[in-house]
Amino acid sequence: MGQVVLTDINKFYDSVHAVKGVNLQIRDKEFVVFVGPSGCGKTTTLRMIAGLEAISSGDISIDGQVVNELAPMDRDIAMVFQNYALYPHMSVYDNMAFGLKMRKFAKSDIATRVKDAAEVLGIGDLLKRKPRQLSGGQRQRVALGRAIVRHPRVFLFDEPLSNLDAKLRVQMRVELKKLHLRLGTTAIYVTHDQVEAMTLGDRVVVMKDGIVQQVGEPLELYNNPANRFVAGFIGSPAMNFAAVTMTDGNGKLTAKNSGLEIEVPPAQAERLRSRVGQQLTLGVRPENLHVAGDADPAGLTFASKVEVIEQLGSEILLDVRVGNDSMVAAVDPTTRTKVQESLRLAVNPERLHFFDADTEMAI
Amino acid sequence: MIEGAKWRRWAYFYLPMAFFLIFLLFPFYWMIITSFRPDGELYRPWNSVNYNPFWTWKPTLDHFRYLFEETLFLSWLWNTMFIALASTAISLVCGVFAGYALSRLNFPFAGSLGTGIFVTYLVPQTLLFIPLAEIIRNYKLGDTPWSLILTYPTFLIPFCTWLMMGYFKAVPKELEECARIDGASRWQAMIYIIIPVAIPGILSAGIFAFTLSWNEFIYALVFLSSPEQKTVPVGVTSELIRGDVFFWGALMAGALLGSIPVAIAYSFFVEHYVAGLTGSVKG
Repeated sequence: MGQVVLTDINKFYDSVHAVKGVNLQIRDKEFVVFVGPSGCGKTTTLRMIAGLEAISSGDISIDGQVVNELAPMDRDIAMVFQNYALYPHMSVYDNMAFGLKMRKFAKSDIATRVKDAAEVLGIGDLLKRKPRQLSGGQRQRVALGRAIVRHPRVFLFDEPLSNLDAKLRVQMRVELKKLHLRLGTTAIYVTHDQVEAMTLGDRVVVMKDGIVQQVGEPLELYNNPANRFVAGFIGSPAMNFAAVTMTDGNGKLTAKNSGLEIEVPPAQAERLRSRVGQQLTLGVRPENLHVAGDADPAGLTFASKVEVIEQLGSEILLDVRVGNDSMVAAVDPTTRTKVQESLRLAVNPERLHFFDADTEMAI
Repeated sequence: MIEGAKWRRWAYFYLPMAFFLIFLLFPFYWMIITSFRPDGELYRPWNSVNYNPFWTWKPTLDHFRYLFEETLFLSWLWNTMFIALASTAISLVCGVFAGYALSRLNFPFAGSLGTGIFVTYLVPQTLLFIPLAEIIRNYKLGDTPWSLILTYPTFLIPFCTWLMMGYFKAVPKELEECARIDGASRWQAMIYIIIPVAIPGILSAGIFAFTLSWNEFIYALVFLSSPEQKTVPVGVTSELIRGDVFFWGALMAGALLGSIPVAIAYSFFVEHYVAGLTGSVKG
């Protein structure tokens, strides 16, 4: 009833390999988010699922039926576009009824469905207006309504919140989540905003340069990123990276560079012992750095120089210099510090990430 | 607006605009004055007594009466209207479909076909009338409105296609894709979505085509001979200029009345016309 399987999907635009070997199984009722930077192939993949782009090789099947050759209107899907794509010459009611009219639904059925969807979205009193008389948020809701009335097997969203202002985006995110819980239809969502991915997705697919980097639940991607790209993409502010050399001093494994010397906690030391003498990339999130206190063991602290202080209210972002690297630390809002002051920072030992310097895979 | 001293506004805005307006509107003014002047005033040398080029104290309707009673002006008006409307209709239909196909569909040789259509627009009518005259003669269409209705599209269709192509390109692709996902076939998407959205463009193209047909001279001159078949531009010049005698009063009256339909068409559609030119379609 809404299960989508992508098998070895590839897309070529002339000689450009835009989507490379994507394999994915989306369960019924699941909310899957494709996230990645511009040009990573996420929208192309979505459009191939919709049938708006031809598939160069591979299969897409919905509920077990291969749909490669099916026209978009026969795939029983509904799509919400980034710029809403409302029919400007039709009223809101006609916009929402259009799909049903094309499929020759009875007038009474159309009326019922449109009214129900309008009810759910809170646009019941806008039915007679034209799109140009609506605000951005209202237009977005009409676009959603147009998709809902079709009762499709799969919803496809192409960056639907990108054109909204920040506050409205947050509000609509919550509404989309509620809508999904209420309707229970499989949804495939494309965005470049990792916050949307984390908050909306049951599972998140991170893509870069046409290749799937990692698939998993949001927290899984946050806590156990498979490679440096995913680690740096998920989470805001982004994870700090530093090139370090693994050294063995007195049986203790440390990650060392010009600015810091961190003792590797026992849990990870086992895995990393074989890397002594090698250059690795150390990753630590800003929220896992705090101002060093007496309770912090010396092996988990390092010196830094404060360069910029960003007050957010709920926390303070400190842009600091550690040796040759810049790092960001998200610290307690009560921290008192000044620019150019030397500050000792401590890491949370359970939240250290190591990546191979060449392959960038997580170790 | 122009800020600063009042003299600036006068020097840089009001005076130039006044000059511009006078320059543009003077021919119409002259036309109107001439058509109401009695013959006595029209055929005097410039240095005669009481010579007043810009106004007449004895306006008369004689010229209009002459136009309607002694010439076939009403037939000419009817002919021109019929021919202009028919050729505009044909050109719009072809232009809309061709413009849609060239801007949306990817088929082999689409590019060359588009270029080919525009190249035909570049061939001047003053050259083309010669071979066309031959064709008109072979098909025995000479001296009928069809000789014009079927030849005007040679320059109207490329123009309409070009205009519509530009306009369709400005209509977002997502609108059609949405319609296709909603269940519309390409044909239905065109009828229900694209064409209604492109109405301003279609109106602009239609007005342009209408004006071009209305004012066209050379084909009408060459392909039509009997006075009952003539169009306004040809009729007025051929019947009211006999040898070297110019019936100025009736000539101007004819020109005035001949330009009124186009002026009306423009004034009604000017809003859509401007929107069509700037291509403002917001989703």
